[in-house]
Amino acid sequence: MTATQAPAPRDTAGPALVRLDDVSKYYGNIKALENVSLEVHAGEISCVLGDNGAGKSTLIKIIAGLHRHDAGTLLIEGEETTLVNPRDALDRGIATVYQDLAVVPLMPVWRNFFLGSEPTKGSGPFKRLDVRRMRETTRAELLRMGIDLRDVDQPIGTLSGGERQCVAIARAVYFGAKVLVLDEPTAALGVKQSGVVLKYVAAARDAGLGVVLITHNPHHAYLVGDRFVLLKRGAMSGSHTKDDVTLDELTRQMAGGSELDQLSHELERAPSPGHLGGHPVDDDTP
Amino acid sequence: MTATGQPAASPTDERLLRTSPLRKLLGRPELGSVVGAVAVFLFFAIVADSFLQASSLGTVLYAASTIGIMAAPVALLMIGGEFDLSAGVMVTSSALISSMFSYQMTANVWVGVFVSLLVTLGFGAFNGFMLTRTKLPSFIITLGTFLMLTGLNLGFTKLISGTVSTKAIGNMEGFDSARKVFASHLTIGDVELKVTILWWAALVAIATWILLRTRFGNWIFAVGGESDAARAVGVPVIRTRIGLYLGVAFAAWVSGQHLLFSYDVVQSGEGVGNELIYIIAAVIGGCLITGGYGSAIGSAVGAIIFGMTSKGIVYAEWNPDWFKFFLGAMLLLATLLNAWVRKRAEATK
Repeated sequence: MTATQAPAPRDTAGPALVRLDDVSKYYGNIKALENVSLEVHAGEISCVLGDNGAGKSTLIKIIAGLHRHDAGTLLIEGEETTLVNPRDALDRGIATVYQDLAVVPLMPVWRNFFLGSEPTKGSGPFKRLDVRRMRETTRAELLRMGIDLRDVDQPIGTLSGGERQCVAIARAVYFGAKVLVLDEPTAALGVKQSGVVLKYVAAARDAGLGVVLITHNPHHAYLVGDRFVLLKRGAMSGSHTKDDVTLDELTRQMAGGSELDQLSHELERAPSPGHLGGHPVDDDTP
Repeated sequence: MTATGQPAASPTDERLLRTSPLRKLLGRPELGSVVGAVAVFLFFAIVADSFLQASSLGTVLYAASTIGIMAAPVALLMIGGEFDLSAGVMVTSSALISSMFSYQMTANVWVGVFVSLLVTLGFGAFNGFMLTRTKLPSFIITLGTFLMLTGLNLGFTKLISGTVSTKAIGNMEGFDSARKVFASHLTIGDVELKVTILWWAALVAIATWILLRTRFGNWIFAVGGESDAARAVGVPVIRTRIGLYLGVAFAAWVSGQHLLFSYDVVQSGEGVGNELIYIIAAVIGGCLITGGYGSAIGSAVGAIIFGMTSKGIVYAEWNPDWFKFFLGAMLLLATLLNAWVRKRAEATK
């Protein structure tokens, strides 16, 4: 499934799940993020695109509750809020899957799956982990996402990057997240694995979640995204919906537009026999 | 909830080669220490005639228990990614507080014992609080506490008693009952078993239960393995760390009371250097020095190795000066073995 045909977004009339209006964040005298606006609706994927240092991580940290914003408003389901810590964000249904995935490599998959929200049984001093349920649920939930794990007891560090990403997404979906924030889910992955991960992202969207997809790959973003916000040096350099932008335009803006033109000019080989893009085969001969 | 209709509880997978019992065994953190313990046992069984006598068993277990009571919570702390260098002198501090409070306030010794519990837990809370507040390495924080407690132990004792040891509290009210709890022994056949062995067994059992079967245990592994990840998924990292230091403090209190009630006076300079022995026992038992991996049972095996070595040398009628050499060699061997075993276990994938 290519996931280009998004299902009709539900209750677009209602307030957005998450809405940022002119949000800014300063670290001392450094403007990490200034006047950024973003909307996340249920059953939609909002992509945040930007180069390194554009402020994507800061944006994530504000939505995930790791940092508080300094200016502007953050609305969650129409209600103005400041998130005080990650737990607060989780309790409001915002689950974040970080680039490092927030997994503990030496711990078994099932312990990682439930980390921080472990089910227990019994009471008093005999209150204990419901190990059986944890193992079975982990297995079943991963299977539902199409990951057939060999052994839930293996340390999560032994899984591939794509598998780990999917475990993290499955975890967020299982714990009833309404908004899923994904930080560069395809950054370190090969083409095939990226495809697999994007499939799970689309699956999460189809399950009715609002997704924030942070990436610097416009091709991946355009495949699944409904809205696109471009960040550049901490400021918003563009905001589009899928209808009003083409992949080429997105790529061009993402790559820096006019900067790219200049770069291609700089990279041009002055005395090259061919034109730009030609193969200077002669250079290789000793 | 399984959309694919596959029964969730299928315990086997055709792609899994039969997990051989040996492989499972290799995956246990304690394995290296168990192998080491057997080797040490065989070694002393051969070189020391009296090592295998029933009476020796009680002696060895007693030596192991005094270390093991502390090694269990220290192991948990190390799995949680931190050190406690103040653990050794904290035992002495705890004993001194009981003794001096009881003597000075002329109260029932149980009052002193209780006050000591509160103050010792206070030390643990101080370590944990300083660590989580300042975010300095626990090595530095607890090194500071270690030096401060060493100074306080000597300073206060001299100030109050005029000498380096406390006054005898043997004839005070409650002494006999407290001695029963902390320093009695029972005899089974020829074997004299000290009550500390029971304390030790109980602490190891509780530590293992906490580690493997409670939410807190899951958090300990996570905080030690990757504390940022733990925080991001909502694990209360600070509370977990402080809890671990409180655990060490509690065990220090138990050990301290044993120290006091075994005799009826306490030498204020004792305990220095023991903190390293606790850490060694935990490391021999399979705890990763970087955190996130290990077991409480391993720490018990480490303590048994310690007990066998320290007493075995005596039974073999060697000069006890050799003990430290053996301990060091054991530490190196055990760590190498652990590293090798873990590599083998993780290389299965």
